[in-house]
Amino acid sequence: MLLGLYNYWVVVVLMMVGLYIVIAHGNLVKKIVGLSIFQTSVFIFYISMAKIDGATAPILADGIEKYSNPLPHVLILTAIVVGIATTALGLALTVRIKEAYGSIEEDEIQKQDNLDC
Amino acid sequence: MVVAFAIVRMKDLLAVVMLLGIYSLLSASFFVAMDAVDVAFTEASVGAGISTLLMLVVISMTGRSEQPSRHKPLLALAVVTVTGSLLIYATLDMPYFGSAEAPIHQHVAPRYINASMQEIGVPNIVTSVLASYRAFDTFGEVVVIFTAGMGVLALLSVVRRSDSTLNNDIFDHSMHEQHLILRIVTKMMIPYILLFAFYVQFHGDFGPGGGFQAGVIFAAAIFLYTMLFGMSTARRVINQSFIQMLAATGVLLYGSVGVVSLLNGKEFFDYSALSADPIAGQHLGILLIELGVGITVASVMIIIFFNFVGRRNNPLRKENQGF
Repeated sequence: MLLGLYNYWVVVVLMMVGLYIVIAHGNLVKKIVGLSIFQTSVFIFYISMAKIDGATAPILADGIEKYSNPLPHVLILTAIVVGIATTALGLALTVRIKEAYGSIEEDEIQKQDNLDC
Repeated sequence: MVVAFAIVRMKDLLAVVMLLGIYSLLSASFFVAMDAVDVAFTEASVGAGISTLLMLVVISMTGRSEQPSRHKPLLALAVVTVTGSLLIYATLDMPYFGSAEAPIHQHVAPRYINASMQEIGVPNIVTSVLASYRAFDTFGEVVVIFTAGMGVLALLSVVRRSDSTLNNDIFDHSMHEQHLILRIVTKMMIPYILLFAFYVQFHGDFGPGGGFQAGVIFAAAIFLYTMLFGMSTARRVINQSFIQMLAATGVLLYGSVGVVSLLNGKEFFDYSALSADPIAGQHLGILLIELGVGITVASVMIIIFFNFVGRRNNPLRKENQGF
């Protein structure tokens, strides 16, 4: 019976992979990649909650009784586009950091900051 | 999942970005399998297309190799494992996958599914929820996208160059002479991509699609053009300040639809104010709002891309930045 929960476990594993990348890696681009994996796992979580067995996509048509829940679809649809916009903002910050410090590794940025103090 | 683990191990950032693209495409196919066609559409065009492209531009600026040093991977692993097992413990109370009795399906969702045809008259429930029932939310999202675009503009904006453009042109031409076949094929494809974007934009009421997806596809056609014909050519075709104005126009168009219904004595975003027949009013309102969303998304994506590429072509500005 517990196998009925497998969708949440996939989500949790993906989320933890993303979190691990964000914590353990020093490279800023890699961190942004980790964040977007984390983000996608949340998307999968919402969409998998909306699924109903035997239902179809929520576009009304004749002869179809059951539809999946449209509300999470709406939320995630907009979240994806907002996600790319915020990712672009993060990448823009990375580019500026690279120009200012000559590196996008956290350690080196920290070292330069310590020298300045 | 396998792809995600590969991303952790990989040092070469180029490979990481490519894998991220594959990962996005895979999750898009997950979404189709779970009936979310609209979402899959967006994920495929955004995740596998545009975000991969942006990351490629960035690593071409910042270098593609990652330093091997990590901060205490064991500690990170411990944190991740504890959090993960707590989350898995929490899922034990969750409803089973695909069950129709889950609490999420009990409250507003049946109303959207049963009543939206009479109230809105649009077959695609996702569109009617997005643009009518929850129009206020969507307005907020559009404003967030607009703000992010402005943020990128503020961080990376390129000062207009006059004397250096000439050298750049020669460079661009010599480089793009080599890709003759690519250029001709792309030239043939771009009109169809644009046409498809418009189809997605205006057919969103009936099938999967809508302003968000159409905007992204439209922007992808422009990106393709820019990549093949060079930045300076694209800049001549598409005026920067015009695009920036378009981005604002989209948000304003969306907002003004709400204001019009407010002025007519109805609530904000109540489209029945737009026309005598409530259903026709809904159609008109959704059309206008999707148009506003599409314009904003497309122009913000183009602004972001142009600024990244412009920054890359112009590294000399680094010295003038004053740090």
